[in-house]
Amino acid sequence: MAQEAPGAGGKRPLEGRGRSLRVLRALLGAAAGVPALALAAMVAVLLVEAMPAIRYNGLGLFTSGLWSIGSLYSQPVRTGGVLHLVGAHYGALWLIVGTVESSALALLIGFPVAYGAAVIIAERLPRPLAASLGLCLEVLAGIPSVVIGLWGVLVLGPFLAHDIYPELAKLPDVPVLDFFRGGVGSGEGLLTAGLVLALMIIPIIAATSRDLLRQVPRAPKEGAAALGMTRRETFKAVQSRWIRSGVAGAAVLGLGRALGETIAVALVSGSQIQNPSNIYDTMTTIAATVVQQLDSALTDPSHLAVRSLAEVALVLLLITLAVNSLARLLVRRSARDVALPVGAGL
Amino acid sequence: MTSAAASERTLHWAEERTAFSRRLAEKWSLSLTVLALFLLVAPLFWVLGGVTDQAARVWSWHMLTQTTATGGLANAIVGTFVLLAGVLVVAGAIGVGCGVYIAEWAVPRRRLLLRGASEVLSGVPSIVIGYVAYVALVVGLRWGYSLVAAVLALSVLVIPYVAKSTEIAISQVPTSYREGAMALGMGEGHVLGRIVLRSALPGIVTGLTIALAISVGETAPLLYTMSFSNGYPDGHLTHTTMGYLTYVAYIFWDEPSSADQNLAHVAALVLVLLVVALILLGRLLVRLTQRHSEGAGG
Repeated sequence: MAQEAPGAGGKRPLEGRGRSLRVLRALLGAAAGVPALALAAMVAVLLVEAMPAIRYNGLGLFTSGLWSIGSLYSQPVRTGGVLHLVGAHYGALWLIVGTVESSALALLIGFPVAYGAAVIIAERLPRPLAASLGLCLEVLAGIPSVVIGLWGVLVLGPFLAHDIYPELAKLPDVPVLDFFRGGVGSGEGLLTAGLVLALMIIPIIAATSRDLLRQVPRAPKEGAAALGMTRRETFKAVQSRWIRSGVAGAAVLGLGRALGETIAVALVSGSQIQNPSNIYDTMTTIAATVVQQLDSALTDPSHLAVRSLAEVALVLLLITLAVNSLARLLVRRSARDVALPVGAGL
Repeated sequence: MTSAAASERTLHWAEERTAFSRRLAEKWSLSLTVLALFLLVAPLFWVLGGVTDQAARVWSWHMLTQTTATGGLANAIVGTFVLLAGVLVVAGAIGVGCGVYIAEWAVPRRRLLLRGASEVLSGVPSIVIGYVAYVALVVGLRWGYSLVAAVLALSVLVIPYVAKSTEIAISQVPTSYREGAMALGMGEGHVLGRIVLRSALPGIVTGLTIALAISVGETAPLLYTMSFSNGYPDGHLTHTTMGYLTYVAYIFWDEPSSADQNLAHVAALVLVLLVVALILLGRLLVRLTQRHSEGAGG
């Protein structure tokens, strides 16, 4: 499709034009380097900023769940060359657990909805209806996360805590369902966060799956129909196999979005650094902690609190980079021409 | 061979089942997808309805003319538009440049690298960008809370979207357009400017409106780069604070005063309206420029 460097080595008839073109080319080349540069700069800044915290926290960051800034009334002391407050201890285990749990929930809830909706939009609905649903997907993707978060904490959370969670908590007394029993809280917690995140990743997965489905060629579908297969059997035999790894990529992309979502989670998670005792319990994630704790971390005269936030931000950055790269790899393996939407895929 | 065997197996499996159970499965799967569609659409209207309802209860027109100092949103709305203008300039220039370079000039291996970096950048959580901007620009470069830091943070966030849609739009310009222009003796620069970019304009415009729609709704990159101010923007680029809508929604909703809470609800509605307006504007512009580009290209 794309041009192979047109005229790159060719002779230019007009020298003046050639020179200004070279300048333009250099300028645009610099612009093209910005994303890579920004990525490298972010990793470098976080690494430098986090270095004392990395030295102080060690592996305890991943094995301990205690996150404490220490005594603000004490004089900062020095351990192993790192200045810190007495009693400072930074364990991010529950942040990481919370991030993974809420995102996994979001994917578990959001994926079937998004995929099912994509199937009916691409396969069954007439074009005009499908187009207006496309607009719906765009609007859903475009709703600011702070608005979804506000709705989650003011409308969805109270509704769930009042009408849905008490019923869910009555599930039969089987050990595997332990996670559903116990106090249902106020509607701010793990399951609410998972639901809100699901709502935010549904448009990404649905739009991508729909586009993939539309690119399945006609012939194999007609072949399957000619063999007497029903539409469902045709779908299972042809379309679902054709788009399998592309859909997996879309799902992983949605997962990446959920892992990094900040504001909505900060609003509906309950913001408690703890291991949630059941699925309704309050919790928090890495991203939400960074945005909520930075203010108080700035009051730490030893600066270790800010640096520890840099460290968990670095962990989050590396997780999302890995997840995103995986998503793009998955899609590139299957669909030659389909590109994943970038980021939120509005 | 293997595919023939597979399809034979599938056929066999299909025949084995009774017509009744196959019809049942058909109905069952259809109703599941209908349910999925409902579960997608219903929450959307629930969110839109909920936001509208909460704002309508406390709506008053003077909120659009007063600043937050006197119980309105005017400064936040103005601030949001100032941010959008900044993003349009910075992310527009860099993003379009990035997309043009990747589509037109980058050799295949470098193209893969540049495109990969841009795509991966789009997956970086916004709070990470905000944190880095705070550490590097606000504190590191001693800019203080500043408009420039906020615009740069937002731009880094949306450049991938602009670059991607520019690149795709350019790659979809028919080769015959270029060939025709070159055959008429146009130089490379003129072909790019007059033919390629003009034909790619609808795609580029889409990318820009997407970038703006995302910028309207972002909170995390702004909280620690620009903080907030009760008054109108003061015209400074650094060492300044400025109001914007997402801050009002995020911070004011659980302030003790109900007047502040009301502002948060109205800010949420204004945000939604702005995003929807940008999405519709994008579609409209695409339709207009498409007509134009077809006229110019063909």
